Amino acid sequence: MTAVTNQLPAAFEDLEPWADWALPTEPERYAKRLASEFDELQAFYDAAFPRLEEAAAYLEQLPLDDLPDDATRLLQLTYSLINISFPIEAWRQPRVPDSGASTLDCVVEPVI
Amino acid sequence: MPKFDKPSEGSWTQHFPKLGTGPISYEDSISPEHYELERRAIFERTWLNVGRVEQLPRPGSYFTKDLDVARTSLIIARGLDGEVRAFHNMCRHRGNKLVWQDYPDQETQGVGRQFTCKYHGWRYGTDGACTFVQQESEFFDFDKADYGLVPVHLDVWEGFIFVNLDKATPQPLRDYLGAFAAGLDGYPFGAMTQVHKYRADVHANWKLYIDAFAEFYHAPVLHQKQYTDEEARKLQGYGYEGLHYDLDGPHGMQSTWGGMAPPKDPSMVKPIERVLRSGNFGAWDRPDIPGLDPLPAGINPSGHKSWGLDSFVFFPNFMIVVWAPGWYLTYHYWPTAYNRHTFEGTLYFVPPANARERMRQELAAVTFKEFGLQDCNTLEATQRMLESRAVTEFPLNDQEIMLRHLHQTAGEYVARYQQERDRRLHVEPVAG
Repeated sequence: MTAVTNQLPAAFEDLEPWADWALPTEPERYAKRLASEFDELQAFYDAAFPRLEEAAAYLEQLPLDDLPDDATRLLQLTYSLINISFPIEAWRQPRVPDSGASTLDCVVEPVI
Repeated sequence: MPKFDKPSEGSWTQHFPKLGTGPISYEDSISPEHYELERRAIFERTWLNVGRVEQLPRPGSYFTKDLDVARTSLIIARGLDGEVRAFHNMCRHRGNKLVWQDYPDQETQGVGRQFTCKYHGWRYGTDGACTFVQQESEFFDFDKADYGLVPVHLDVWEGFIFVNLDKATPQPLRDYLGAFAAGLDGYPFGAMTQVHKYRADVHANWKLYIDAFAEFYHAPVLHQKQYTDEEARKLQGYGYEGLHYDLDGPHGMQSTWGGMAPPKDPSMVKPIERVLRSGNFGAWDRPDIPGLDPLPAGINPSGHKSWGLDSFVFFPNFMIVVWAPGWYLTYHYWPTAYNRHTFEGTLYFVPPANARERMRQELAAVTFKEFGLQDCNTLEATQRMLESRAVTEFPLNDQEIMLRHLHQTAGEYVARYQQERDRRLHVEPVAG
């Protein structure tokens, strides 16, 4: 039993604590990444990465242009996992190394 | 010993004798005076790509394009008659910027039947004709037919919209784009409509960023942390060699190997790449659409089986990168000052059929950003030190042939412009 309202499909209930990573745009996901401590990113990665293949298998059965809300959030959560995979798998820090004050803003992206 | 064959002259650079092999100056990237010349000599008289036809999906669709480098803003519009045209974004009454939303210094887009000036309500059709003048009878000797929007040369190649600000009639677009564009004819650009676009304000001369993306000599070093440790060591040991380089007039191309899509050994790539089967080179599995097999003749010119991508520099500021796994991206470098420009990187994929394909594209887009951020900051460090002029001559190796060509080409445009200007200045007092 869980006290929180389910944000994600039932099969991914274990990821509910990370449902706040279900953000609709790249700028929001990237901003949350930069605002997070490395340990927080690691905890999210450790929970979500082992479920990535199952999430892909679950979501690819559904029509991409007509996803239920919980599936949309799961998909957005995987986008966040992808976004923070570089800090975990390559950089060992939230920021891109040697990127200093540089920015590279996503100005156009798919709606879903 | 080179791993890939070079031309019989011994190097790609010497295959094009005009390039020379000596050190080059970067004075063209650190001089405000030279930048003013480039603005006029290059950006006010060459074909510039401002977007794609998919941005104008139906009659009345439009977008604005601000060209700081030419001190103007343009409206690119598909008329109600279906034709695509470009105009200076300027009301003919008293010069107000015609189309903008909330912030006059920001670009906008939309769809409509006409453009109405916010100042005095003059209206223009999507074909540029002036259709309404507030209190028209108050004007003197006035015919609004004389007050249409000022047109700009526009032409379209393979869905890419180009404009040319030259007041004289420019060389036809296809002639200008030359052999490389002809060699890309038929590539399914129009089927790749899923767009991720990134933009950066970079404190470096526009040519320095083209330099960074026109050579991959830097990749095993600057981007080494993108790879697994073992792979990074291996790549740095190999260094970098292009498969093929070619120049055509002001344009250039290089063809590059790429063993990452899919990698020969899965342990070469990061865990998330292994799960999603995607990465820097895009999704490993090529989309099943016409036009990718066989590819147009201009792609992978060396016919190498390890081919990974081709990278075309269309002078002055437009690049197209065609990737083996069936997608492409474009780069634009829009100068805003001698030491500053707006960089745009746009990724184009076949629309994903399902969420898994979409996730693969997201990984490619995210990876692009991680690389790009490293490049942006490095350029600012380069610009800063170049401006010290502590060193004024720089050696370029054979893998940097495109840089040599770019700076030489830009220099030739400026020199030609100066000659024409001097000739005019010389003639005018006599004539006048």
